[in-house]
Amino acid sequence: MKPHFVALAISGILLSVSLCFAQNKTRTEKSPQTIPHDYSELAKAPEKARLRPNPFEKDPDAVIAGQFLFENHCAECHGEAGVGGKKAPSLRAPEVQNASPGTLFWLLTSGVTRKGMPVWSKLPEAQRWQIVRYLKSLGPKSDSATETSNSSRFPSSPPYLRPTINTHLRFGPSSL
Amino acid sequence: MLRRFSFLPIPLFLALCFAFFPSPLRAQEKPYIVTYDQFLEEPRSLEVEYFSTVGTQRGGNQFHSYWLELEYGATAWWTTEFYLDAQSTFNDSTVSTGVRWENRFRPLRREHFLNPVLYVEYEHVNGADKLLKEVEGHDVESDFALPNAIARREIKNELELKLILGSNFKGWNISENFLSVKNLAGEPWEFGYAVGASRPLALKAAAKRCNFCPQNFAAGVEIYGGLGNTASFGLQETSQYLAPVVAWNLPSGWTLRASPTFGLNGNSHRFLIRWGIAKEFSGFGDTLGKLFRGRS
Repeated sequence: MKPHFVALAISGILLSVSLCFAQNKTRTEKSPQTIPHDYSELAKAPEKARLRPNPFEKDPDAVIAGQFLFENHCAECHGEAGVGGKKAPSLRAPEVQNASPGTLFWLLTSGVTRKGMPVWSKLPEAQRWQIVRYLKSLGPKSDSATETSNSSRFPSSPPYLRPTINTHLRFGPSSL
Repeated sequence: MLRRFSFLPIPLFLALCFAFFPSPLRAQEKPYIVTYDQFLEEPRSLEVEYFSTVGTQRGGNQFHSYWLELEYGATAWWTTEFYLDAQSTFNDSTVSTGVRWENRFRPLRREHFLNPVLYVEYEHVNGADKLLKEVEGHDVESDFALPNAIARREIKNELELKLILGSNFKGWNISENFLSVKNLAGEPWEFGYAVGASRPLALKAAAKRCNFCPQNFAAGVEIYGGLGNTASFGLQETSQYLAPVVAWNLPSGWTLRASPTFGLNGNSHRFLIRWGIAKEFSGFGDTLGKLFRGRS
């Protein structure tokens, strides 16, 4: 049999199976706001992991670095600014914002592979903590969130270091 | 007369990918060429990779082998890959050497110190295969000395099983692969291994977008070789290689890898130069879903 035909046949089968698998969890069209998301995985963090402090807690650059990392690796599913989407929950929900940094780090490291979240231990530990630092800086989502300019949020940062998105965010108590 | 292999559909496919799936970013690949780490492709993402090996050959013509790899994250615990292989032997010819379908599964839910991944691959290749994607059994340099016209007459249907173990320790990734290959024509099981260690040049991300920041580079080393077969297990009459590896993960989603590879014994090719380029298309599955099923 010609390799081209074998290749085409296998590609077709592969693509079909993969697509079916990838799509079968999104049968019902819902807006991100109406999709009930499950945050129960957060409660499964071991106590030792929950209590770990973020070594970048006092590093202001960690928020900016974490945001770049978030945009690269997380925003596709969790949405820009972590507001959530069809595929993944909002990271500005109280369940997430009230979780300890150690809990978020644990979840990021282990993933929830059976529910679609990959393991992110491929990122070095420092970068995972930087993402956690950024997540904690987001604060809870509010409908009355006021427009806050980048310049007021990052007064000490030169313009080229300021993030280019999330200008609609309201920062919570743990922000800069 | 040898039938030349046409790579024409490949640039066409890539052009379509770039046209329809211009999704950004997200490369964070380890630098290994042969060794597999424990990380799978992100769900619904497609990574298109091209790898190339130029090898020296004693008692024959030097060669250039290459493969195209389409790696798709079906779920967070299952990655499936399809390969198209070919090679050019200098002063001889260019031939297609086969296709492969590979699947990797992550059986454990959580991250552990040692993380296993199970690997199953079906290969439909011919005897002119010079990829050196893995070394198994009693693979030796002289196997590659046959002219393509003769070598490609042998057709092999093989099943390859691999246990991938991976750990992260103080920024280092350490990966071990143990492989066994069975020619379905009834030949004995053949064995091989690959071990790699790598680390990003910086563990902390910089607070700016940059191409040349040290966190975008990773370097390491891998060692791989055959372990004989069920009849004669061990390191004798096999080839063994040592390869420094380096990768550059660009913020645009491209990854470049390079590896000068050195044969460690008389059965190995003296020197191989290997390199690869990869581009990740995140959300590939979603985009296709929209295309065919009208979902937003």
